[in-house]
Amino acid sequence: MKCRKCGQRAVFNMRRHKLALCAEHYLEWFPEQVERTIGRYRMFTRDERVLVAVSGGKDSLALWDLLLDLGYHAEGLYIGLGIDGGFGYSELSLEKIKAFITTRPEAVLHTVDIAKTYGQSIPEVAAHKRRGRGKPCAVCGLIKRYVMNRVASEGDFGVLATGHNLDDEAAVLLGNTLHWQTGYLSRQAPVLEEKDGLARKVKPLCRLYEREVAAYAIVKGIDYIYEECPYAVGSTTNRYKELLNQLELDSPSSKLQFYINFLKAKEQGFFQPAEAQVELHPCENCGQPTTAPGLCTFCRLW
Amino acid sequence: MATLIHRGQEWQVKAGMTVRDAILKVGLNPEAVLAVRDGRLITEDNKIKDGDLIKLIAVVSGG
Repeated sequence: MKCRKCGQRAVFNMRRHKLALCAEHYLEWFPEQVERTIGRYRMFTRDERVLVAVSGGKDSLALWDLLLDLGYHAEGLYIGLGIDGGFGYSELSLEKIKAFITTRPEAVLHTVDIAKTYGQSIPEVAAHKRRGRGKPCAVCGLIKRYVMNRVASEGDFGVLATGHNLDDEAAVLLGNTLHWQTGYLSRQAPVLEEKDGLARKVKPLCRLYEREVAAYAIVKGIDYIYEECPYAVGSTTNRYKELLNQLELDSPSSKLQFYINFLKAKEQGFFQPAEAQVELHPCENCGQPTTAPGLCTFCRLW
Repeated sequence: MATLIHRGQEWQVKAGMTVRDAILKVGLNPEAVLAVRDGRLITEDNKIKDGDLIKLIAVVSGG
């Protein structure tokens, strides 16, 4: 297969675009797509400070890398979850991020170790909480979102960026649609605007396939953690991704159409606006925004 | 014969088929993996050669 742009050996083919590119032109194409997404959804400008949540995985490191390449003021936030999984998952994740930083001396990293800061790791908190019934995912999500909001707020970052790709979004969309979770459906978007102390949240990779992000990381030479979180193995999200990839195999562009047409349906008023449903006020303990009366859900964990 | 490796599992496949056909033959989805040969990313139309060692990188991640 030849590169569409130069005729040299292609390294990556995208069936949904009917486009094959060599390494050089893929490394041009991918950032262009991300830049277009940032502009299309008015995510942020080069004047704004962006906090990128980095996990050591391909999506977050690829995102941070290309935001720096594109000249955005992007600093990283790593949250040490204390997950071992028999192979030191969290430690390995941090090693990958530290290795990445050695290649990007301009990169600034903020680190929050959950166990050191709050006294217990994610698995330890989950073990004695009914939330999630022993599997840490629900607790993990809550804690990560809280810490991201807090660091963004205290560090005066107007924007919080995560590495969610189209496959992530489509899997969540599928799950919410199967269960008709209309509240979640109305809130799923490439951008969640700032509100009552919560930073604007953006997903610059949301129109890119997971496979495309992985290809970018590999071609760019970004060393990321290949192992997924041990608690994610066999998860419902991964099951939905498998199903969607089956559809994609049979009919290229299925995932894109599913997600993009959902966003169009939202624009056309198919769902009740999320703002009408949520009221926030400061937590009595930490001052972070919460819908819960009194203490926020995070403060109730400890 | 050639070797495909994916998440610690290995398969032997016959030379001559395309990478895509080999991926499907071992029960994987080409939409969920990337093929690397000699440290370089390759497209799925590449023909497998005798002695090839092709690493199939899982792109789906969670966590």
